[in-house]
Amino acid sequence: MRYRDYLIRRLLYTIPALIGLSMLIFAIARVMPGDPARLALGPEASEEQVAKLRKELGLDLPIHIQYVHYMRGVFQGKLGVSLYTNRDVIVDLKEYFPATFELVTVAMLLAVAVGVPLGILSAMRKDRWEDHSTRVFALSGVSMPRFWIGILFQLVLAYHLGLLPVTGRMAADLPAPARITGLYLVDSLLAGDFVALKSSLLHIIMPAVTLSLSPIAQLMRVVRASMIEQMRKGYILTARANGMPENLLVYKYMLKNAFIAALTIIGLLYGFFLGGAFVVETVFSWPGMARYGVRAFIYKDFNAIIGVVLVIAVAYAVINILVDIAYGLLDPRIRLGAEAREA
Amino acid sequence: MLDISDLRVYFDVFEGEARVLDGISLHVGEGETVALVGETGCGKSVTIKTVLRILPMPPARIVSGHIVYKGQGLLAMPEEALHALRGREIAFIPQEPMSSLNPVFTVEEQFTELIRWQGRYRVGWLERLAKSFDGAGKRAARERALDLLEKMNIPDPVRVMRSYPVELSGGMSQRVLIAMALAGNPSLLIADEPGTALDVTTQEQILRLMKERVETERLAVLYITHNLGVAREMTERIYVMYAGHIVEEAPTAELFRLPRHPYTQGLIASIPKLTGEEVVGIEGRIPDYVDPPSGCRFHPRCEHVMAVCREIKPELVPIGPGHRVACHLYTSAPAGP
Amino acid sequence: MSKYRTSDVKAPRLNPEAQAQAVALEEQRAARSYGARFEDLRRTLHRLRRSTLSLVGLAIVLGLIVLAIFAPQIAPYPEDIATVHFERTFQPPGRQYLFGTDEVGRDVLSRVIFGTRISLSIGVAVLAIALAIGVPLGLIAGYVGGPVNTIIMRLTDIFLAIPPVVLAMAVSAVLTPTLENSIFAIAFSWWPWYTRLIQGQVLSIKEETFVEASRSAGANPLYITFKEILPNVLTILIVKVTLDIGYAVLTGAVLGFLGLGVRPPTPEWGTMASKGRLHLPTRWWLTTFPGLAIFVTVLGFNLLGDGLRDAFDVELE
Repeated sequence: MRYRDYLIRRLLYTIPALIGLSMLIFAIARVMPGDPARLALGPEASEEQVAKLRKELGLDLPIHIQYVHYMRGVFQGKLGVSLYTNRDVIVDLKEYFPATFELVTVAMLLAVAVGVPLGILSAMRKDRWEDHSTRVFALSGVSMPRFWIGILFQLVLAYHLGLLPVTGRMAADLPAPARITGLYLVDSLLAGDFVALKSSLLHIIMPAVTLSLSPIAQLMRVVRASMIEQMRKGYILTARANGMPENLLVYKYMLKNAFIAALTIIGLLYGFFLGGAFVVETVFSWPGMARYGVRAFIYKDFNAIIGVVLVIAVAYAVINILVDIAYGLLDPRIRLGAEAREA
Repeated sequence: MLDISDLRVYFDVFEGEARVLDGISLHVGEGETVALVGETGCGKSVTIKTVLRILPMPPARIVSGHIVYKGQGLLAMPEEALHALRGREIAFIPQEPMSSLNPVFTVEEQFTELIRWQGRYRVGWLERLAKSFDGAGKRAARERALDLLEKMNIPDPVRVMRSYPVELSGGMSQRVLIAMALAGNPSLLIADEPGTALDVTTQEQILRLMKERVETERLAVLYITHNLGVAREMTERIYVMYAGHIVEEAPTAELFRLPRHPYTQGLIASIPKLTGEEVVGIEGRIPDYVDPPSGCRFHPRCEHVMAVCREIKPELVPIGPGHRVACHLYTSAPAGP
Repeated sequence: MSKYRTSDVKAPRLNPEAQAQAVALEEQRAARSYGARFEDLRRTLHRLRRSTLSLVGLAIVLGLIVLAIFAPQIAPYPEDIATVHFERTFQPPGRQYLFGTDEVGRDVLSRVIFGTRISLSIGVAVLAIALAIGVPLGLIAGYVGGPVNTIIMRLTDIFLAIPPVVLAMAVSAVLTPTLENSIFAIAFSWWPWYTRLIQGQVLSIKEETFVEASRSAGANPLYITFKEILPNVLTILIVKVTLDIGYAVLTGAVLGFLGLGVRPPTPEWGTMASKGRLHLPTRWWLTTFPGLAIFVTVLGFNLLGDGLRDAFDVELE
């Protein structure tokens, strides 16, 4: 099977999974105990008012009809009205998504930039103190609750040392940069507004570090394991025996293989990032989609719940397919292997 | 040129200490082709990996011995100095072609980079960057690689250079590996059963090619194989190894004319013959290295076993011109009950 | 599809030769595997003993179990689970209240100790449910194959299309916040990982000779599954479950922290940390100590699981 066919098949498997998820989450959100219309209007509202709202929202229809209506809306770019912002959920998500995207991207870059070198170090110094200490760090990293790390950072770095701002995306007295991408770091750079850039950089440090700690640890362990595996490979021993310089061997010939192995968990790590964003955005009052989601969960804002879950699922699927594509591009065995064997 | 004396390499395993090499001595002269023959698992690969210093340590541990190449001790040599020898003095041809080329780089990339940097222990990235603009140097390395591939009778070297290892057949990969080993004009070639993993015809072609190249370049060769038939074609002198000991050493012709050690006799009898005669194998298998048989390690499998064999390890003793054997059958007065 | 049905005419159940061969193979395997399994166990214990970190993990886990069982005896103020003491609110950590007291004067240490009960029951119950659903489905999918496999695996795809924490949050959002519902919400997103794991393992083991041999001897598929396949995936399961109990505890704490989990006054660590956050930065002990408890718990299971992984020499994912 050619790699392109494999990718297409992957894509085809993703679509029914997403549709299935939409049904699942729709069912969960709409059969929830407690009447959302009543919740939205409060206990003082009359029965008639509640019934009217139910009718407006289509909650009086059978669930499968509701689902069909909902999906029809989705294809027209509508996700239903949020009970609390009174806007279509898609408008809310458009506003909040860039902040989450920015946070997760910075955290991912941080994870790769720190996790990969630490993994190499750990493998090269296997069973020495560097390896043992990175192992302890890794195990602690995956064991710490993110909200706790975030709060400790706030206590020490913000309250006590005053080095970084406690919460938010940018200093309150600064105007947000003109919205082009919605990413403050990019927008302020495009606008040439270095005060805003500095402020948004300072604000993103703590949340991004908090979010990336556990993925750093996981990435490190995978890179370590695959580098150690590489050391025993025939092609590495042969190249060494024939005089390939040692640092080229490690940082080029072993690392590319090890990195390909690490790529397999990057998709999984995005799951951790997206899940972790809910906690991190809450702790740091980061005005993103995940914080919006937490509010939707707590207030049982059913359309918002469905919208947030679906957007996260689509983002997750896109990332996993991108990872697969990158995998094929980097590893000729996958790209060419099957074809070569057939020829 | 290469002298190994009293080499002992032990492995620390869960069960204890595996004495895989237990006092190996061998010698390869200038321009001489020598084979080290033994069953799979007898320690021959460990021997050459120790010479090349690519043996993973731990679990392996060098207990005693010297390896001297052109007057320099290899075992105590720092890695930096060793790298000056690797590829340029001593080159290595691995056994499994399919897993000995890096799968995620093209042949061109790994081959030309080897040609350009061979002999250096480390290369600064600035230097690499500078050299990446050196078009002439790149072209020269490419020409050299193409030339080496052509000498290995590779029909379309340009295509092979562009290929990833998965796109090459086993025979082709093996040829590329031999070409890479010859890139640094080494004086000594260490070959670990090249071609064994391939089908018989391809193997034969490759061996013939290798022999041709060895003869035109007057290389010394240390050739590892489990097949005495191959050793007979490729080399002038043979060491027979059993369970971490050298049991017999003789010029090739002499060894085939008059094999002395019962193990050698068994190996010769097990060479497949064209006449269709039944192949006689040797009963049993290589012993456990943690708790090896006492005395002569071969005694549990030996037809001529005597009481002394179980107690005293036989020494290698001269028995003819250039012919030595370690067996109590040939010691003048076997002491013992 | 009917490849494994014993009533199949072609099934060599009545073929004495095949049966004899299968019996011989089975005997061989049994002889080898009893020795091998004993040997494996010996090695495993040996490696486990040599690793200090895994012993630390084991000690933490055992310590937590003791704390959970004897919480009323160990906690200095066991009555603080249910009572309030307005005369001693916000006492900083000191000799009398090691972890300080909270906004209604309850001893934080006592509540943290009682919290082990909540967290451990979340961890254990979630894994019990996930195993009870995930493992049989994985066995069926892998062993039966065909359309059954397709249906089960596509079903897991739906659950795996979203990070498990997010699904757990969505489910607990719609349920009333009780301990049982938190457990259900987490388990609901957890089982597909086990179906995946087991199905993959079954597929790889299925083709090995001894299963082939039992099958040609006409053994009942159910028998084969439990007798042959399950023991082989056991080591992997032990390792993964150990690690996952830690992560389930963590997920439970996240739900609590976000206000989607167990409600106060139940002494759940995540909920305690969340409440305490309102009193930052001055009353730092209200969040720090419950968080520390979560960290130590998860770390304990991680250290133990990591040690077991090395000792059993298994690879996950």
